[in-house]
Amino acid sequence: MISLDIRKRLASATGEMQLELALEVAQDECLALYGESGAGKTSLLRMLAGLMKPDAGHITVAGQAWYDSARKVCLPPQRRGLGFVFQDYALFPHMTVRQNLAFALHPRKDEPLIAELLAVTGLEALQHQKPATLSGGQQQRLALARTLVQRPRILLLDEPLSALDAAMRTHLQGYLTDIQHSRGMTIILVSHDPAEVQRLASRVVALHAGQILRQAPPADFFRAPEQELSAEVESVREEGGKWWVTVRMAGQSVALELSAEEGSHLQAGDRILLAVSVLPGSIRRV
Amino acid sequence: MDLTPLMLTFQLALVTTAVLLVLALPLAWWLATTRSPLKPIAEALVSMPLVLPPTVLGFYFLVLFSPADGLGLWLDRWLGIRLVFSFGGLVVVSLLYSLPFMVHPLQSGLSHLPASLREAAYVMGKSPLTTLFRVLLPNMKASLLTGIVLCFAHTVGEFGVVLMIGGSIPGQTRVASIAIYEAVEALNYPAAHAYSLILLGTSFLILLAVYLVNGGYFKRFWT
Repeated sequence: MISLDIRKRLASATGEMQLELALEVAQDECLALYGESGAGKTSLLRMLAGLMKPDAGHITVAGQAWYDSARKVCLPPQRRGLGFVFQDYALFPHMTVRQNLAFALHPRKDEPLIAELLAVTGLEALQHQKPATLSGGQQQRLALARTLVQRPRILLLDEPLSALDAAMRTHLQGYLTDIQHSRGMTIILVSHDPAEVQRLASRVVALHAGQILRQAPPADFFRAPEQELSAEVESVREEGGKWWVTVRMAGQSVALELSAEEGSHLQAGDRILLAVSVLPGSIRRV
Repeated sequence: MDLTPLMLTFQLALVTTAVLLVLALPLAWWLATTRSPLKPIAEALVSMPLVLPPTVLGFYFLVLFSPADGLGLWLDRWLGIRLVFSFGGLVVVSLLYSLPFMVHPLQSGLSHLPASLREAAYVMGKSPLTTLFRVLLPNMKASLLTGIVLCFAHTVGEFGVVLMIGGSIPGQTRVASIAIYEAVEALNYPAAHAYSLILLGTSFLILLAVYLVNGGYFKRFWT
């Protein structure tokens, strides 16, 4: 169980930002951090990992103080026993795929676990190659496998599956869910993909400019209060199996990409009702 | 031809390079990772030998370690160490004189590696020392090689500072560059030519080897 309440002044693209977060995460929970870039998601992961020091506050994990500004406690990253998948993967270039995994494994070699992770991530055939020869998706899978080989109590994932194709993504999401339940692991992930968040996370926390904007279970989080707008269909055209429908609403023409199921029923002049919902972080002031 | 000056030169360069590798690594690590306000001062001090005339370094060294008084007297009397006009003194002054040639490549190599490599190793529970030797150094072989070779070559090329504090004691402090100077003074051109050609050839071969290795010319034969 993680309990944190931290403050940190950060330099962001738009000037200084004050990060102020208070969160509790249960032991077998999977928490998703959601929000635009620069909202403080990665900084939060880095402060949990001990790679960045908060200005004030506390981080307590399973009763142990990892950081406490009042008592001047700051546990080094080596002693936090968590796993971190970096956005740039941080693979060791001079080691092969297998050596990367073996180096992360400690204190003793657990060959079956390496073999299992190589199989799950589909890297068996590539195990004697260096990371530079792998594709982006393969590197990302290796980064994930290298973190899991450490058997962390807490797993921090910074957009862990963004470079993967849909099938591999679903496969690894399933694997993550499985081992989370079997190992009783806490996962905190940063993701921009609503589908991924819905599959993995039990709670979504939306961050904006260093503050918690809103938190809810994914199903509620993404089902924002809906509003219906009436619109008039201007044109319908099919292109490569996709249906492009231009509608006029609130005085503006808007092009929508619809499925064949929905698009094929429409024709110019139809009046329709559109349900509009806003994803957190998707609104920009102009 | 007397080969002692050449042997002495390479011996001095070898010892200096080996000791500096050990000393410069922690210094370069500190410079590459610190956020201390003292960093610019430390960097300026490390770089001093690049701009300082070797005679200045030699002069202060003479003053400091002269066995007549002060530190030199203390060292001489209690430890029996005399650093002026001795091989040991040449090594000590060479360590100072070649310091930037080892520290700069190492510091630049360390700070060009992505911070996430170090961070990933730390999160895995690896100590800074393990991280340095197993993760960082293997990924900056070119910088290591550059540091070693520049340091070696620069020590081979020492002249002014050796003349100031070493003099020209055969087998002790008469290195090749001094021997050439003396041979020319004595109008012994064949000896000067012999020493010079050997230094010229060795320097070229060493530098050529560095550029071949760092340019990856050998890799095509290995893979």
